[in-house]
Amino acid sequence: MTGTTGAPFLVGAGMTGGYGHGVNIIFDCTIAVDKGEITVIVGPNGAGKSTAMRAVFGMLNLSEGEVRLDGDDITSLSPQDRVAEGMAFVPQTANIFTSLTVEENLEMGAFLRRDDISRTMEQVYALFPVLKEKRRQAAGELSGGQRQQVAVGRALMTQPRLLLLDEPTAGVSPIVMDELFDRIIEVSRSGISILMVEQNARQALAIADKGYVLVQGRNAYTGSGKSLLADPEVRRSFLGG
Amino acid sequence: MTLSRRDIILFLSVIGLIVLTGFLQSWNVALGIFNMGLISAIMALGVNMQWGYAGLFNVGIMGFVALGGLGVVIISMPPVHEAWAAGGIRVITALLVGGATIAAAVFGWSRMAKGRVRILFLVALLVVGFFVYRQLFDPAVIAIEAISPAATGYLGGLGLPVLLAWPVGAALAAGAAWLVGKTALGLRSDYLAIATLGISEIIIAVLKNEDWLSRGVKNVVGIPRPVPYEIDLQNSDSFVSLVSGWGLDPVPVSTITVKLAYAGLFLTVLALLLWLAQAALSSPWGRMMRAIRDNEVAAEAMGKDVTARHLQIFILGAAVCGMAGAMMTTLDGQLTPGSYQPLRFTFLIWVMVIVGGSGNNFGSVLGGFLIWYLWVMAEPGGLFLIEAVTAQLEDGHWLKEHLIKSAAHMRHLTMGVILLLVLRFNPRGLIPER
Amino acid sequence: MDTLNALVALANFVLVPSIAYGSQLALGALGVTLIYGILRFSNFAHGDTMAFGAMATIIVTWWLQSLGISFGPLPTALLALPAGALATALLVLATDRLVYRFYRRKRAQPVILVIVSMGVMFVMNGLVRFIIGVDDQRFADGARFIISARDFKEMTGLREGLAIKSTALLTVVVAIIVVAVLFWFLNRTRTGKSMRAFSDNEDLALLSGIDPERVVRITWIIVACLATVAGVLYGLDKSFKPFTYFQLLLPIFASAIVGGLGNPIGAIAGGFVIAFSEITITYAFKKTALYLFPVWEVEGLIQLLSTEYKFAVSFAILVVVLLFRPTGLFRGKAL
Repeated sequence: MTGTTGAPFLVGAGMTGGYGHGVNIIFDCTIAVDKGEITVIVGPNGAGKSTAMRAVFGMLNLSEGEVRLDGDDITSLSPQDRVAEGMAFVPQTANIFTSLTVEENLEMGAFLRRDDISRTMEQVYALFPVLKEKRRQAAGELSGGQRQQVAVGRALMTQPRLLLLDEPTAGVSPIVMDELFDRIIEVSRSGISILMVEQNARQALAIADKGYVLVQGRNAYTGSGKSLLADPEVRRSFLGG
Repeated sequence: MTLSRRDIILFLSVIGLIVLTGFLQSWNVALGIFNMGLISAIMALGVNMQWGYAGLFNVGIMGFVALGGLGVVIISMPPVHEAWAAGGIRVITALLVGGATIAAAVFGWSRMAKGRVRILFLVALLVVGFFVYRQLFDPAVIAIEAISPAATGYLGGLGLPVLLAWPVGAALAAGAAWLVGKTALGLRSDYLAIATLGISEIIIAVLKNEDWLSRGVKNVVGIPRPVPYEIDLQNSDSFVSLVSGWGLDPVPVSTITVKLAYAGLFLTVLALLLWLAQAALSSPWGRMMRAIRDNEVAAEAMGKDVTARHLQIFILGAAVCGMAGAMMTTLDGQLTPGSYQPLRFTFLIWVMVIVGGSGNNFGSVLGGFLIWYLWVMAEPGGLFLIEAVTAQLEDGHWLKEHLIKSAAHMRHLTMGVILLLVLRFNPRGLIPER
Repeated sequence: MDTLNALVALANFVLVPSIAYGSQLALGALGVTLIYGILRFSNFAHGDTMAFGAMATIIVTWWLQSLGISFGPLPTALLALPAGALATALLVLATDRLVYRFYRRKRAQPVILVIVSMGVMFVMNGLVRFIIGVDDQRFADGARFIISARDFKEMTGLREGLAIKSTALLTVVVAIIVVAVLFWFLNRTRTGKSMRAFSDNEDLALLSGIDPERVVRITWIIVACLATVAGVLYGLDKSFKPFTYFQLLLPIFASAIVGGLGNPIGAIAGGFVIAFSEITITYAFKKTALYLFPVWEVEGLIQLLSTEYKFAVSFAILVVVLLFRPTGLFRGKAL
């Protein structure tokens, strides 16, 4: 908790890169997350939203730019090492162990921890009560929304300082989506910073402290969630009027 | 494609090894290695079609090779008339009934509506069919096998020229490949491997146990030859006078002549197959095959029927192996079902293909010769090595005795190590695909 | 009375041997399925791994016997088993380090790994032949029978005897213990759960900080133990001959696929399905039929298929499963 005052908790600054040795997908892209806040990346299909998030998490080769977490340069760390540094990532698909029970999923989330994990598990159950009911069931048998809760719960078990969510509401019904967003707000209130990629831009910006609109791998608009929602330019181009 | 200078040097080196054996040991041994090398090369060519062209993993080469051998017996051995009279027609009828039952079951399964009726019908059909088949089959087999079991005890063959057996052997193998391919192609690659492993064990079991067909472990010997017999050459005045005219001994020269005649036949077949394989590979069909191998999903999206193409190439490759098997049985002059070992007839061929260069026909041919040579030489070579290592130990020491006794098993170790080293350090083989 | 006799005959020639053989197949199939679940390839060297484990155990058994150590009524081989398993574990760990790891790092296609395992099979096969030769080795000692056929007849007054070989009972007991320990390990320990997680979703396991190399190492050690136990039990029950272990590959793979590759419960079920079918179909029902239908003129042995075709049974079941339910009875893939 010794970050330079004024600097954001996490920043990926001027990132340019792509997968493997292929073409670049993001160009001079900057994403910053402030402590305890919710930051959302939105934009049209193929804008490189998920790619930008993966860049922050170390899943692609950056040719330019750097990533700093709480003041420390983590650009050269592997995703696994970033987990140890307090980042947790929830992929969009295949984000649970389907054949393991809900409880085992949570245990695996805490695999690196050597201390008592029962308190964290109780916190996760408090956040997602339905998971406690289904703790002995195979995670693959749950509904889409419940699976997402397991996925988020698994990530929370590492006691992260920063949670990365890749389209957490993809493929779930609007009611479940609202519910998930409520939970995400709750998580952020507990002091965990959140970076989220969302397809449902309007709803996501509504709960966001800060938003980034990416277009073709570049920063197009940046601002608070409210200001972006109010920006007529953004509304016309990305929010459907 | 043309051979590069390096490829030609490789081929010449392997031939050189065999020639060296001729000078150092005997020409008889060298020609023996050369002939089996030719047959191995054809087997490797068949496997390379399946693996190199299409990426299909066949672990049942032994079965296809053995079926080729059976083809030789069926075509070339003289028919045993008493056996045919005793039960020939009945056995054929029984097999037809069995086949018809299965065909009816398959037909019924595809035509009838889903549900309990279909399952009941199918089970009833199979059970009744099975018992009818056994009722016809068992007594017929007993009758056939009772006809002078020490000499025949089987139906014999058709008494046709043995060369005709080569394409027939190929056809038998192709039939078996069709059955396996229909079931296991289109599933995960490992499943094809297990299925082929299974069918090859079953084919060997049939050859070992169906005495009426193949005399089982009593072996079929004295298969007619496509080339003259040594003894006839030695008794032929013109041959003897010709050879003596050169100042040579007719007896060893006659054995060499016979081996050379076989070599000529095999070489012709190999050249023909190689030419066909090369032509196929560079044709649009071959390009499509490789496209499918390299990206099945894309090929499927382009409207190629991947499974059907795979079935095609699987059958072709198996047929080539079957033909090689028929040629080998012709060369041996006997069918010995007990001698078919998977390590020798399946996995060794794989070593040939991988070492030679998967996807390259010339590579397979080279691998066939080289690995066969090493396989033959690994045994005396291993013995020599062990004798050298244990030279310090006194004679009769238990370790020395044990090691010398075990030297024969060095070849498995050697082949495994060669395969692993090539896969690791030169996975594209001696003559890579291009 | 005759019905009882018929049942006893059936139990003696079908039930007891099937249970013993099924346990051996199940242990073998568990090894294959674990490798498939974690390392994601079909290990063709498994039969020869079993042969190696059995061979190592036999050599230690001989050594113990030469020292005059025995295990009372139990076979001495049980005492030697841990040493055999240790030797096998060292062998497979060395193999992994020298051979398989390279392909894992390269993320090679599964079929390449299958071919590589073929090379390993050659080497292991050569090692076993080199060390112990190709001949039959008997190494069972201790009591031969729990109940001999004669004792059973005297006890019950039936005409049919029920013989239970001590090795058959031993096979079942050891198999139950091993399977229980394995399932406890997989379902109750952190390491076991991490193995299942890795098998289920490799990428997410990496994100959770599970060390893949550690998972692989532990898998090989478990597989070595399973293979050694299976190999020794099979050798005790029948006899040890290197080539028969290669031939076990087909029924073992059939068991694993029938149950669903990658599914341990499926592997066990598959083992018993294959064993029961193989033995029932190749059993001559004449005796049983004579007891049940004394008036019926029985011709022949009433054997559906001669024993030489037992492979055909595994194969036929395999084909039916591949045609109608390629994922196996228990839906394979993850541990």
